Amino acid sequence: MEAVAADPMLPAPWRVARVRRDTADTFTLDLAPAGGAAPAPFAPGQFNMLWAFGVGEVPISISGDPARPAVLRHTTRAVGTVTRAMARLRRGGVLGVRGPFGSAWPTDEAEGADVVLVAGGIGLAPLRPALLRILARRRRYGRVVVAYGTRTPADVLFRDDLQRWQARGDVEVLVTVDRAAGGWAGRVGVVPSVLRLASFDPARTVAMVCGPEVMMRFAAQELLRRGVAPARIHVSVERNMKCAVGFCGHCQLGPDFVCRDGPVLPWARLATRLLVPEV
Amino acid sequence: MNTLEPILAEHPFLHGLAPAHVSLLVGCASNVVFQPGETVFREGDPADDFFIVREGDVGVELHVPGQGTMTIATVGAGEILGWSWLVPPHRCAFSARAATRVRAISFDGACLRDKCDRDPALGYELLKRVAMVMADRLQATRLQLLDLYERH
Repeated sequence: MEAVAADPMLPAPWRVARVRRDTADTFTLDLAPAGGAAPAPFAPGQFNMLWAFGVGEVPISISGDPARPAVLRHTTRAVGTVTRAMARLRRGGVLGVRGPFGSAWPTDEAEGADVVLVAGGIGLAPLRPALLRILARRRRYGRVVVAYGTRTPADVLFRDDLQRWQARGDVEVLVTVDRAAGGWAGRVGVVPSVLRLASFDPARTVAMVCGPEVMMRFAAQELLRRGVAPARIHVSVERNMKCAVGFCGHCQLGPDFVCRDGPVLPWARLATRLLVPEV
Repeated sequence: MNTLEPILAEHPFLHGLAPAHVSLLVGCASNVVFQPGETVFREGDPADDFFIVREGDVGVELHVPGQGTMTIATVGAGEILGWSWLVPPHRCAFSARAATRVRAISFDGACLRDKCDRDPALGYELLKRVAMVMADRLQATRLQLLDLYERH
């Protein structure tokens, strides 16, 4: 999708319209254009560079609805200097936004196929726009599975969304946590194990996977074991992005720049590369 | 024909097992149902039984003093519960409780061991299948130990 502003290096001001605390360390910011910035259409899987003025800039995937680009939604964890500064923002605060950048989840190519979305931790955020687009065109797809794993029940992201998707009856939602004390009625275990319970036809499945890289490797192995073709497994990778437009090379992953060629890449292109520690 | 035979043959854990071996196993098997919250077995109990789960989820639990009961894994439909029947001293290493209504096939562990001893081909086949489950669960445990989501 060609939606980058005229000068991709120049942040546009966007105002915080809403702040939501999702978990103890995860939050969602809804941004509205400020100072004449135009709404920025985006494709599911793309990211923006968010600038906390006076602190720094970080790449954050868009977690909002691609059908509603006027509300730019990002969900992230407060884990570094910039994201902690963003977590302190309140309604009316201003962020600089560059983007959207990067490749998209193959939601159009997946039409007619079963779709398996596999998310780990905050990785559910970049997949949310893909699922919203798929649900908006639900009849164009076969079976739809959402397999989501996180640390503990308290870390479950988008709890309302997960319940709503489960209640639809046309999405198989499988949620698992790594550990749980009494009172958790859901599953305990890792995402690759949960994938074994999912109902889909591997021969006509497109999978989209987002989470910690180790989790993605094992999830991909399970999908391959089930019979999904490597070219039909897509993962979203993270590297140290700076310019976001393929100039600086900070995010180079073998022959690809993650900011420009990724973050969504087919497993067939990445499989061996992700096993090379130096890359 | 015993009605459990086709059920056993279709369960993913036993799928593809030679019909003669399935027939041998039927003699050790019985249908069981657990209601939500019902204890399947307790840590330290003699490991008399081995289950293949047909429907529902079972939580594998451990009581941690000061923290209460922790669920460390969930075993669901198509999976197996318990391998202590195979490993001396044949005592349950963890507790298990039905998280939902559970339908399962229960096998008498002593009966299974006896049949495996008498028919090494059956014993080897079952051992290979249990070893695959053990390998999967070891891999899952290693991933859990990595605490991958701590910063993600």
